[in-house]
Amino acid sequence: MSVKSSIGVLANRLREPFEGPNTIGNTNGFWIGFLLTVLLFAIYPILFGPYAALNPAQFLVFALLAVSLTFIWGFCGILSFGQVAFFGVAGYTFGIVTINIPTYTGATLGIIIAVAVATAFAAVIGYFMFYGGVRDVYVTILTLVVALVLHTFMEQTAGSQWTIGEAHLGGYNGMNVPQDLAVGFGETGVAFDGVAHYYVVLFTLVVTYLLLRAVVNSRFGYAMVATREDEARTEMFGYNTTFIKLAAFTVGGAIAGISGVLFVTWGAYINPSQFELVAATMPVIYASIGGRKSFAGTILAAVAIQYLELQLTGEWAFVIVGSLLVLIILTMPDGIAPRVRNLVLAVGEWRSNRDRSGQSPPAEEVSD
Amino acid sequence: MSTDTIPDAVYVVLRIFFEFTHSFGLLVLATVGLAVIFGMMGIINLAHGEFILIGAYGTTLSFHAGLPLPLAMVTGVAVTTVVGLILERTVIRHLYDRLLDSMVATFGLSLVIIQLTRILFGNTTNNVSLSMGSISYGPYSSGTYRILLAVIALVVLAVLYWVFTRTKFGLRARATMQDAETARAMGVNTDRMYMLTFGLGAALAGLTGALFTPAFTVDPEIGSEFLVESFVTVVVGGPSVLIGTSLGGALLGTIDAMFTWIGGSFLGEIMILIAAIIAIRIMPEGITGLLEDWRQKRREDE
Repeated sequence: MSVKSSIGVLANRLREPFEGPNTIGNTNGFWIGFLLTVLLFAIYPILFGPYAALNPAQFLVFALLAVSLTFIWGFCGILSFGQVAFFGVAGYTFGIVTINIPTYTGATLGIIIAVAVATAFAAVIGYFMFYGGVRDVYVTILTLVVALVLHTFMEQTAGSQWTIGEAHLGGYNGMNVPQDLAVGFGETGVAFDGVAHYYVVLFTLVVTYLLLRAVVNSRFGYAMVATREDEARTEMFGYNTTFIKLAAFTVGGAIAGISGVLFVTWGAYINPSQFELVAATMPVIYASIGGRKSFAGTILAAVAIQYLELQLTGEWAFVIVGSLLVLIILTMPDGIAPRVRNLVLAVGEWRSNRDRSGQSPPAEEVSD
Repeated sequence: MSTDTIPDAVYVVLRIFFEFTHSFGLLVLATVGLAVIFGMMGIINLAHGEFILIGAYGTTLSFHAGLPLPLAMVTGVAVTTVVGLILERTVIRHLYDRLLDSMVATFGLSLVIIQLTRILFGNTTNNVSLSMGSISYGPYSSGTYRILLAVIALVVLAVLYWVFTRTKFGLRARATMQDAETARAMGVNTDRMYMLTFGLGAALAGLTGALFTPAFTVDPEIGSEFLVESFVTVVVGGPSVLIGTSLGGALLGTIDAMFTWIGGSFLGEIMILIAAIIAIRIMPEGITGLLEDWRQKRREDE
């Protein structure tokens, strides 16, 4: 056996858990593209200096938030406008914990408690909805209202009575959270600030991406997709679809919580505008444009749109993003990713038809 | 004791009653355009607030261009209707039967409209002033115009009832929404019915914007202030346009008035939202869905 083929076998073995019928992008070409993209993000701060990594870090944080939506919407059919609720709750919780315990212990506890609170919150909301028979568009509306309740509530917490321990909630002025992202105990630990924070975000996003690909291609993922396609029939086959929806929604809440912690440690600040209607809709926009059944499409769309907004500096940004959104919903209901994949497949087919005489290259697909 | 406290209690009741009429008028007017589009067509129009915005801007700008206020309001409604019809032809008609997509696309439209308004007309407008005085009772007073708005809300509901039950348009529109295929077989131009119904919804939103121009500060964000209230009222009311809107408005108006009285407007606002969450949980099809179930059950019992 040659060295080359044994590398091929190893690569196939590595890829196996992350591939399946529920993800598009299961070819060599796709995985090479994936590795190149990750590499590009990894060397970005080295190429352009540590300050250049500040904006991309934020892009990736919101990409992670959008991924939490793609997971539940694209694969379980639950369109939630409330991902920002879990995001913001985690951010505020991290702030409250670390302001009260300003040590490495506090930072570690902050991460754990913040994500736990966001997860528990998602579980409670999910239980309340799915076990109460709320479905389809009413889930969407209810989650939106939850975010708006938090917005209305946090806006009026400016007074000094809204203090938890040492932490002032701060109303519409927001809350300053000086603690860096860090793990450790007492006075010893590691803090991730600046470029290190960027790498933590990138690492978290890549790991989440791979894990979620594995989940949606697992037995549980099949059940999720079946629930999305036809809930009554899936129920008839003996699956507890209510529990499947609750579990998926809770996982989505946990991921949104993680992105909330990464956000508040990025800007050292959080305010109620994170719960606003516009903020609540941004993950939906990223997923719609990128492709709600494609994690990679969502991530790339999130990064591209935020980059575009930054470049357009204000005035025309929302006009362009809004028009883009309408245009894409009208012309490509499933987002860009499936189109890219079909295009690449078509090109591959055309090429293999052209040089049928020689060794025909395998059809490639680069999307998802 | 008795001579003083009895009038006081009356004043408090009056106060809460006027608070209720105010809230009811606002909720019904804010909702009715959204309710027509959602109840009749199954489209959740997240650009509803921006139709209100267009109505308000049309009124404000034509008022400051020299038109008398009632004519300025008519202009506002007309502009909104035209914009609504154009959007229906270009965007919305591709989204029938795609509920979630329609939400996302209309949100895109709302972003565009808000931002275009900001670019074209700036962040502030000159106020449209209208002094109709106020009604005083004991230690309290309520603005006459706000009470007038509640009356107008009732008139709008009555007119809509007439349109949908007594006119040919209403009959055809309802037939289209209930069973488009049969309606088409009976010679109804369903495509036109969709267009006109959406136009009616837009016109109602424009009317709301026009009516609230003297009562609110008109800025590019005015739509989002209405959207939440209207959204919640539609959800609580359910898909039946008239009964849903009036009952939803009445229920939430009562809650708003009571909690505003107890703990200020913040508490009223947040209790409306919490009431909506509870309402979706216990009656996912809204009040009218609940009534429908109840009526069905009674029919079966007979």
